Amino acid sequence: MTFMKTILGTAAALALSAGAALAEPALIFDLGGKFDKSFNEAAHNGAQRWATETGGTYREIELQSEAQREQALRRFAEAGANPIITMGFAMADALSVVAPEYPDTKFVAVDVTWLDALNIRQIGFAEHEGSYLVGMLAGMATKSGTVGFVGGMDIPLIRHFGCGYAQGVKAVNADATIIANMTGTTPSAWNDPVRGSELTKSQISQGADVVYAAAGGTGVGVLQTAADEGILSIGVDSNQNYLHPGKVLTSMLKRVDVAVYDAMKAGTDVETGVFVLGLAEEGVGYSLDEFNAALITDEMKAAVEDARAKIIAGELEVVSYYANDSCPVLDF
Amino acid sequence: MEFLTIIQVLDSTVRLATPLLLACLAGLFSERAGIFDIGLEGKMLIAAFFSAAVAAVTGSVWLGLLAGIAASLVLSGLHGLASITFRGNQLISGVAINFLAAGLTVLIAQDWFAQGGRTPSLAGAARFAPIELPFASALAGVPVIGPIYSELLSGHSILVYIALLAVPGTWWLLYRTRFGLRLRAVGENPAAVDTAGVSVVGLRFAAVAICGVLCGIAGAYLATALQAGFVKDMTAGRGFIALAALIFAKWRPWHALWACLLFGFLQAIALRYQNIDLGVFVVPVQVMDALPYILTVVILAGFVGKAIPPRAGGEPYVKER
Repeated sequence: MTFMKTILGTAAALALSAGAALAEPALIFDLGGKFDKSFNEAAHNGAQRWATETGGTYREIELQSEAQREQALRRFAEAGANPIITMGFAMADALSVVAPEYPDTKFVAVDVTWLDALNIRQIGFAEHEGSYLVGMLAGMATKSGTVGFVGGMDIPLIRHFGCGYAQGVKAVNADATIIANMTGTTPSAWNDPVRGSELTKSQISQGADVVYAAAGGTGVGVLQTAADEGILSIGVDSNQNYLHPGKVLTSMLKRVDVAVYDAMKAGTDVETGVFVLGLAEEGVGYSLDEFNAALITDEMKAAVEDARAKIIAGELEVVSYYANDSCPVLDF
Repeated sequence: MEFLTIIQVLDSTVRLATPLLLACLAGLFSERAGIFDIGLEGKMLIAAFFSAAVAAVTGSVWLGLLAGIAASLVLSGLHGLASITFRGNQLISGVAINFLAAGLTVLIAQDWFAQGGRTPSLAGAARFAPIELPFASALAGVPVIGPIYSELLSGHSILVYIALLAVPGTWWLLYRTRFGLRLRAVGENPAAVDTAGVSVVGLRFAAVAICGVLCGIAGAYLATALQAGFVKDMTAGRGFIALAALIFAKWRPWHALWACLLFGFLQAIALRYQNIDLGVFVVPVQVMDALPYILTVVILAGFVGKAIPPRAGGEPYVKER
């Protein structure tokens, strides 16, 4: 028995040290799942790009419940993965507990920017800036003067999206009406396309002819209904233009893939601290490809590019919802 | 509120209530026969997946519907096997079915379509198209009746009308046929049914099978009529709201219709208005979302009449020796 224990112990120690020597990066997907066609999928794409370019391997897990957050972090840290990349704001609490326990491991937290820890690279995105640009496009594309916004779970981040969007709409179309709805208040709001559809139908009946979905898997229903009913929609996070060619006006890009790719490429030398990626860093933007080329006129493009340059130069400021937890042009 | 807005909200109510109604009637058959079924959610989910998957592959929504019903029946059979044949705990079997469906659908979808646990988008004949009732467009201009007929009653997919017809169908089957009498008896006092020489096991399996068929239609409605494809966990708790509606309706078919319409209406209101300003105070949208459950608890607590489940519900039948 003691002998068995020794053998097992040695084997475990060997496995651990082997893991440490390799220092594979690890990626923890949020509850939406690896293939949500949006936020988590972008991370997956970034990681895949790193893997094919370098021939490296990485570990990954798709969280199934809230309880797994700390557990997954600890397991990867114990196994010697470095850096450990986490997706989503909801990892913040688990990170604040686990990260200090493994000072030699680097953590990369996407969508978290408010933690105090020396070994975390915290990456935020200026979603309001990207949303502002697609908002401008929506404001110029609408014929009815009414545009819609469908959010996923009602959290400050999603309001942040909606607020930037509303400002963009108002910037080009001061009389426009913006109808904003949230799908729900529980995580199931990220995966309820039926509710997404109903919200879209309700917004259409109130006159909306462009709808922006910032709602993860729920957005699939929004984009589908918009295409069925013959109005335009705007995708989010990943480029979703191809889902319904000619019916998706544009997509608000959040370059999570670039953030993940860069972190994996830097490996254990990844720089820690807080980084907010905005238009200047190309962390956010809007998509233009063959599927929506016919929808975006040169005029629209020029206006958006102009605003983009102004935001980067600091001449134009998009108010952040986080600034005082309210939006100047939109009530939620 | 404008008249047209009311019509639109009611229209949305019908769409949202249909999956609830089908699942609720499914649960009604099962529970009236003494088999509690909290696996409605799982059966809807697996039916949603297989209907969308087969419709995507074959291009025929009807084959999709059949596949959805078949998949749901398989899970029903499993539930029956565990809780009727092997006399296992019905609640645990139901929970297992929910987990099984949640995992299986995504796994198979990923293996077949490699689109991340979803099916390709359906188009054309692979989806249930809305049905225009006769004269709908001609009558649309008529005040009051026109919008009601052309907006509210017309323009739904055939499954909505099937669901609505299932209500009188269920009532007739349960209260006007010999089969229905026996089915209700087997949920109240299976020993008496057995004494009369009727197979308790057979009746309960029949009830569970009907439950499977109805759940199958509900799932297919979600994936091929309301949506154009399957998305992970797309039932989003509707099976549980249907169970709440079943208790709210006190296990009676017509009441199930009203309960589901009420719950669908609450959802539709919540979707249409983020916050309802009553002048004195503002009702947040969360209250509307929670109301079905609150109402169910009120009914269960016995404030408004008493909800008495079938007496033999939840208990496996053991033949006396």
